[in-house]
Amino acid sequence: MGAVVGTLTMQTKQRRPSRDKADDDLEMTMVCHRPEGLDQLEAQTNFSKRELQVLYRGFKNECPSGVVNEDTFKQIYSQFFPHGDASTYAHFLFNAFDSAHTGSIKFEDFVTALSILLRGTITEKLQWTFNLYDINRDGYINKEEMTDIVRAIYDMMGKYTYPVLKNDAPKQHVDAFFQKMDKNRDGVVTLDEFILSCQEDENIMRSLQLFENVI
Amino acid sequence: MAAGVATWLPFARAAAVGWLPLAKKTMPKPPVDNTSRSDEILYVNVSGVRFQTWKNTLDRYPDTLLGSSEKEFFYNEDTQEYFFDRDPEMFRHILNFYRTGKLHYPRHECIQAFDEELAFYGIVPEIIGDCCMEEYRDKKKENQERLAEDTEANEAMDAPLPPHSTSRERLWRAFENPHTSTMALVFYYVTGFFIAVSVIANVVETVPCRPPKGSVKDLPCGEKYQLAFFCMDTACVLIFTFEYLMRLFAAPSRCKFMRSVMSVIDVVAIMPYYIGLVMPENEDVSGAFVTLRVFRVFRIFKFSRHSQGLRILGYTLKSCASELGFLLFSLTMAIIIFATVMFYAEKGTKGSTFTSIPASFWYTIVTMTTLGYGDMVPNTIAGKIFGSICSLSGVLVIALPVPVIVSNFSRIYHQNQRADKMRAQQKVRLARIRMAKKGTANAFLQYKEDRSVGDRQSNSTALCVKNRSAFEHQHHHLLHCLEKTTNHEFTNEVNYSELCMTESVGFRTSRSTSLSSQQGAQNNSTGCCPRRARRRAAMRLANSTVSVSRGSVQELDTLHVKTTCIPPQTRSSLNAQAGDLKLNCGEQDFTAAIISIPTPPANTPDESLPPSPAPIPGILRNTRATAYTSDTVKISSL
Repeated sequence: MGAVVGTLTMQTKQRRPSRDKADDDLEMTMVCHRPEGLDQLEAQTNFSKRELQVLYRGFKNECPSGVVNEDTFKQIYSQFFPHGDASTYAHFLFNAFDSAHTGSIKFEDFVTALSILLRGTITEKLQWTFNLYDINRDGYINKEEMTDIVRAIYDMMGKYTYPVLKNDAPKQHVDAFFQKMDKNRDGVVTLDEFILSCQEDENIMRSLQLFENVI
Repeated sequence: MAAGVATWLPFARAAAVGWLPLAKKTMPKPPVDNTSRSDEILYVNVSGVRFQTWKNTLDRYPDTLLGSSEKEFFYNEDTQEYFFDRDPEMFRHILNFYRTGKLHYPRHECIQAFDEELAFYGIVPEIIGDCCMEEYRDKKKENQERLAEDTEANEAMDAPLPPHSTSRERLWRAFENPHTSTMALVFYYVTGFFIAVSVIANVVETVPCRPPKGSVKDLPCGEKYQLAFFCMDTACVLIFTFEYLMRLFAAPSRCKFMRSVMSVIDVVAIMPYYIGLVMPENEDVSGAFVTLRVFRVFRIFKFSRHSQGLRILGYTLKSCASELGFLLFSLTMAIIIFATVMFYAEKGTKGSTFTSIPASFWYTIVTMTTLGYGDMVPNTIAGKIFGSICSLSGVLVIALPVPVIVSNFSRIYHQNQRADKMRAQQKVRLARIRMAKKGTANAFLQYKEDRSVGDRQSNSTALCVKNRSAFEHQHHHLLHCLEKTTNHEFTNEVNYSELCMTESVGFRTSRSTSLSSQQGAQNNSTGCCPRRARRRAAMRLANSTVSVSRGSVQELDTLHVKTTCIPPQTRSSLNAQAGDLKLNCGEQDFTAAIISIPTPPANTPDESLPPSPAPIPGILRNTRATAYTSDTVKISSL
């Protein structure tokens, strides 16, 4: 009879997966971050008080805990590019925003970067872009880093493009880029070369003005 | 657009600065946002209850009433607020959706009222948060089922016959739904009556009747009134046979009908009679014949056509087969264990009825089910002890699984229904999400098309702009910047496959010019379209009946139109992309490509030679001319 009862109970035994991971997530969301005062931020960035208020309200609504981690960031960024895969580029962007390499973006990081991108000088913008391209932060952009970035950008286009995306399109793009930027042909692009080459290119200069009134 | 990302759009656009050094062309101009930039508090008056919220909050979801310009229709100039003559209680939940991004379903509200509010405010119910989604779904299902039951009860089988139905279809319908016509109903009742008569006759003919005069022994009525019973049996069987043949004739799919359970029952019910007819009056086989008569009892199963309950019982038994099987298995185990124990316990006794283990099975079963006939009784002490353990455990073993089975019945039954519905709903949900995603993608393509049309018609008015929100403008500008950075454009699947085919054709035609470089280019393009599709496409294009070639012309036509309405830099980009292909000026070489299709090179050996190429260019010229004159060109089949 014990065997019978044993058989009966066999079916109901189910192991639940351990809940530890959920607890970890819970802990993380409990961590709340409050930004510095409004006045301080206004002094540090080129935004007015009202703009900062608008920005913070939106930020806080999306991330009540006050920080954005990389997964959320990737998710948000991917929603703007439904055609392709934006996760690689979002990863690079995340690292560019997260200047202190803490693994999460706080409101200050967010607003500092926006301030540079939207209200900064040409040099500041180009410097920010250089930091974006320089993945390992060694002060030089080499071909591999640039290829990674360009490939990530092409990934965002998705599969259905006109004209059809060839496999070597990123490589050609990178070659053209180095052709233009690498003045001394040493295979890497330094910050000065970068800024100089960009300042020579009218298209880039003109485009940099476009994003001023985004906020 | 998904929830709440409108807030992040400015950041995504700012991040586009990172593309600038890579872009080969200038970025397009950003859209001018005429609406006031500063955030303000809006007042929304819903039937007297005033709500206040930031404008940005409402702008988060631009495809709803409150987020789009549709709310301007409700703006009251005198009081400077938006007035909605709706339920303020429901509006609270709607507004919370804007604030938190999650839509919750208020459990105390009527599901239909809630649905109506959602429909009014332009919110799709799919975005209800996970916390409330199941409740919402259940209530909605309940409601729908209730409504469906009512309507079904009303119309039920009154669905009119499709016109021009053959007599066969009418017959089948009469059999399946007896309520449709009086004749069918009559037939239905007649067969039911005869089934009952047949079953009763089978039962009664075994009852002992008064013996005929001069005999002592009681005779079963069947033998006394043999002729009467035989006549009755014949009549029933005739009717059943007739019914079966009619059904077989009327069935839309005879094989399926013959395999169905009901027809098998029918056959089994009438077979014994015919077998009895053809069987000779032989002593040896009459024994078997008698056994066959047992099958006549299957006629009672014919009642399941007449009874819904029987059918449901059969279905539930079938669906709980595993549970029943488990019960049987555990019972068998217990029986074997106890039978073995009892046999060995009673082995020594003289005159014991426990002659073997299988013989003890009977004792075990009778004891465990607490029947206790008493035909087999243990005599030894050990036997009695084990016997009492057996009867005690019998109660447990039988009583325990029964509630489990009963609850399993209802659980499995409801679960099956819910699982099927959820699966179907999940598919629908995923399809809707996919469609929404495609919708966003398509929205951008639509925007491009509108823009391209707008370029050609410089006097086009705001019709082109349609009713696109500032958010959409900015988002499309962002996607446009990405296009300019990478020098490629977004298309949809249809155009992409067309492009693949036409590009492969292009490869083929320029084969004559330079072979080695073509190989390289061809290998490249293998990545984009599989070889099979290319060959198929090439065969399709090469197999030139005029209509097909016109079709291919149309494809190239669309390409051609594309090149004209997009500024020449695309053509130069074609140069860069196509690489070794010498497509210098789009027009001329497209013609070259088209003309050389009908003369297939050696790589399509199994295709018939096409007609002369002469008429085809003529067609081309005409179509090309019309392409120029047409104003709006449908580029993508959105």
